[in-house]
Amino acid sequence: MIRSHVLICGGTGCTSSHSHEVINKLAEELKSKGLEDEIKIVQTGCFGLCALGPVMIIYPEGTFYSCVTVDDVPEIVDEHLIKGRIVQRLVYNDTGDKEPLDKSVPVSLSETGFYKKQHRVALRNCGVINPESIDEYIAMDGYFALAKVLKEMTPDDVIKCISDSGLRGRGGGGFPTGRKWSFAKASAGDKKYVVCNADEGDPGAFMDRSVLEGDPHSIIEAMAIAGYAIGADEGFVYVRAEYPIAVKRLSIAIEQAREYGLLGKNIFGSDFSFELHIRLGAGAFVCGEETALMTSIEGNRGEPRPRPPFPAVKGLFGKPTVENNVETFANIPQIILQGPEWFASMGTATSKGTKVFALGGKIKHTGLVEIPMGTTLREIIEDIGGGIPDGKKFKAAQTGGPSGGCIPASLIDTEVDYDNLVAIGCMMGSGGLIVMDEDTCMVDMAKFFLEFTVDESCGKCTPCRIGTRRLLELLNKITDGNGTLEDIDRLEELCNYIRQNSLCGLGQTAPNPVLATLKFFREEYIAHVVDKKCPAGVCKNLLTYVIDQDKCIGCGKCAKNCPADTIFKTDYVAPGHKLASYTIDPAKCVKCGACLSGCKFGAISKQ
Amino acid sequence: MKSLEELLAIKAKMQDKVAVRTSSGDIRVVVGMATCGIAAGARPVLNAFVEAVSKEELGDRVTVTQTGCIGICQYEPVVEVYEKDKEKVTYVNMTAERVKDVVEKHIKGGKPVTEYTIGAAKL
Repeated sequence: MIRSHVLICGGTGCTSSHSHEVINKLAEELKSKGLEDEIKIVQTGCFGLCALGPVMIIYPEGTFYSCVTVDDVPEIVDEHLIKGRIVQRLVYNDTGDKEPLDKSVPVSLSETGFYKKQHRVALRNCGVINPESIDEYIAMDGYFALAKVLKEMTPDDVIKCISDSGLRGRGGGGFPTGRKWSFAKASAGDKKYVVCNADEGDPGAFMDRSVLEGDPHSIIEAMAIAGYAIGADEGFVYVRAEYPIAVKRLSIAIEQAREYGLLGKNIFGSDFSFELHIRLGAGAFVCGEETALMTSIEGNRGEPRPRPPFPAVKGLFGKPTVENNVETFANIPQIILQGPEWFASMGTATSKGTKVFALGGKIKHTGLVEIPMGTTLREIIEDIGGGIPDGKKFKAAQTGGPSGGCIPASLIDTEVDYDNLVAIGCMMGSGGLIVMDEDTCMVDMAKFFLEFTVDESCGKCTPCRIGTRRLLELLNKITDGNGTLEDIDRLEELCNYIRQNSLCGLGQTAPNPVLATLKFFREEYIAHVVDKKCPAGVCKNLLTYVIDQDKCIGCGKCAKNCPADTIFKTDYVAPGHKLASYTIDPAKCVKCGACLSGCKFGAISKQ
Repeated sequence: MKSLEELLAIKAKMQDKVAVRTSSGDIRVVVGMATCGIAAGARPVLNAFVEAVSKEELGDRVTVTQTGCIGICQYEPVVEVYEKDKEKVTYVNMTAERVKDVVEKHIKGGKPVTEYTIGAAKL
C-alpha cells in the first residue's frame, strides 16, 4: 500500500540539472530498503522554480525540497521517508517576507513567496501529475470537458462558452479565441483542421514546452474540443524538434488517448471523430507565424503567406483551419468545466484569466509563473521573482521577445494585460519576461534582438530581409562609437517603414525592440552618439579601462592577466605605496576585462 | 472510450491513488517513525493506517503522515491524531490491531479510544 508519493520534476530545466540521476538513485535506494511498495516515485512536469532545480516534493507532508543532488538522496530516504524527519537543509521555504523563517516551521508550497501570488490554470497539472499517465490526468478531471461538450453541448454552445469567457490568444497577438473559432465554423468546407502552435521561438520563453511536458493530455483534449466546435476531424501539433522531452510525452499521450478511444472514431459513442498528428519543426522562428507554420506542415519551406485569406477561411492545405497556441488550448478544458463566468472573473476588463510568464534575466527566481492578468510588474518581479540579485537596481523588463518592447522602471506599477502593454508600446508576446538591471545597455539589448531577427528573417519580403539588416548596421555603427544624431532619426524612420510594409508578424514587429528603447531610453542612444560613452559599460568600443595610479599598489597581477600585453609599469610610486604603479595602453587594449576582475584593490575601472 | 461511465470509473479508481497529493484533510494522523518507533514496530502501524484510510475511503478527510521522535520512546509506537479545532490525541503502544479500533471509533466515530491514549498509560 502506497503511503507516500515523491514527485520529482522531469521538465527540461530540472532534467538538465540531473533530475534523472536523482530519480534513478531514489529508485535504487527505495529498492534496497524494501520500500518500493510503500513509496511511489512520480516524475512530473515543470514546477516553475527552475532556478532551484532539481526540485522534489514529498506527499502527504507536502515538503518541498530544492537543489536536490544524487548525494542527498540517501539522507532523504533514511531521514524523511523512513523516520519522518524532514531534511531541513534542503527545504525551500522562502515566503518572501523580510524576516527569514525558522527552517523547522514547515511551509506549504502555496505559501512560499514564489507561489503565493500565482494562480495556476494552464499549469494546473504541471508538477502535480505524471504526464505519462493518462489515468492520473483523468483523476484530475481530465477528458471530462470533452465528455461534457460531446454529451451536453452543441458546437455553437462551445463557441459561445469560449467567447463569453473572454479568452484571448496566448501566443502573442491576443485575438479573441471564441471569435477565431466562430469564423472557422462559419467557413464552408468538407474538411477542416485544428492546429496547435507549439513552435515556441522567443528567446527565453518556455511556457509551451512546460505545458506539453507537464500536461500533454490537456492539449489533446482541448484540440478535440476545438475540432468538435468548428467541425474538424483532424489536428496537427507543430512542435520544435529542439523539445525532445515534450515531443516524447506528447507522443505517449496521443498513443494513450487512442488506446482509450479518446482520439479516433466515435468518441464517447458520439458521431464525432478526431485524429491527431505531430509535426516537428526545424526551429525556424518564422514558423511560429501561423501562415508560415501551415506552409511548413504542408511540407514546404516555412514562409508566410499574405492574409487575407485568413486561415479560418483558407488555411492548412487550403481548408478552413483554427490555429491556437499551446497555452491558449491549455485553458480550454477548465473553461468548459468551470464555466465562462469563472474564467472571466479573473483578470482585467479586456484581458481575462491568467497568463504564464517565463521569468529570466537578472532575477533571483528564474522560472515559470502563472498570474492573473492585471498583476503589476512590481509584484511579478519583487514578490514572485524575489527581486534583482546582488542589490542591483531594476532598469527595465523586456516582454514579447524579439517582437516586443520594454517596460522601464518608471512604469513598474503597470498592470500587466494585453491593452496596457500595447498602450506603452510594448506587447504581451508569448510571455517571455526578461528582467534587466543597471548593468544592461539598452542599445546593446536592441542589437541583440535585431541580430536574432536578421538571422531568422525568412527573406520572402524586402522590408524585413533588407530593412532589418540595415537597422542592425545602424545599431552597430552607434555601439561602435561612429553614430551621429541623424542616425537616430534614420533608425526611427526605417523602423516605421519596416513595421508598415512587412508581410508577416515577424517583420512587422521586428523594429519593436528598437522603437521601445528609443522611446524610453533615448538618452542612452544620445550618450553613445554624442558623448561616445556607454552608460551601462557594455559596448566595448566605447569603453576604456583605466588604472587609478594612486590606488594601484604595483602588484602586477593585472599585467600578468592581460592577454594582449597592454599593461606596463610606470615610474610613479603612489604616496604610501612601495612599488611603482601600472598603466594600460588604450590603443592596444582589447577590453576583455581580465584586469578589472583580477584587481583586489579596486584600482581599475571602466569608463 | 464509449461512455462517461467508463471515464468516471477510471477517475474513481485513480482518485485514491492521487488523493495523497491533493487532500488537505481535516484529520491528520501522525505516526512516530524515529529509530525508537521503528524498532518498536511503527512501520506496520503506519501501513495499517494507510490501508484502513484507503479501504474506508477516508482519503479526502484524513492524511496519514509520519514524524520523528517525540521523546517518549518507551511508549512507542506513538500515534498522534490532530483534528481541526480539537485537542490533539496521543496514542501509545500502538499495534496494527489497535489501529482498527482507532479508525473505527475515533476517526469515523469521533470518539477517542481512551484506553490507548497516553493518559491511560499512566506515565
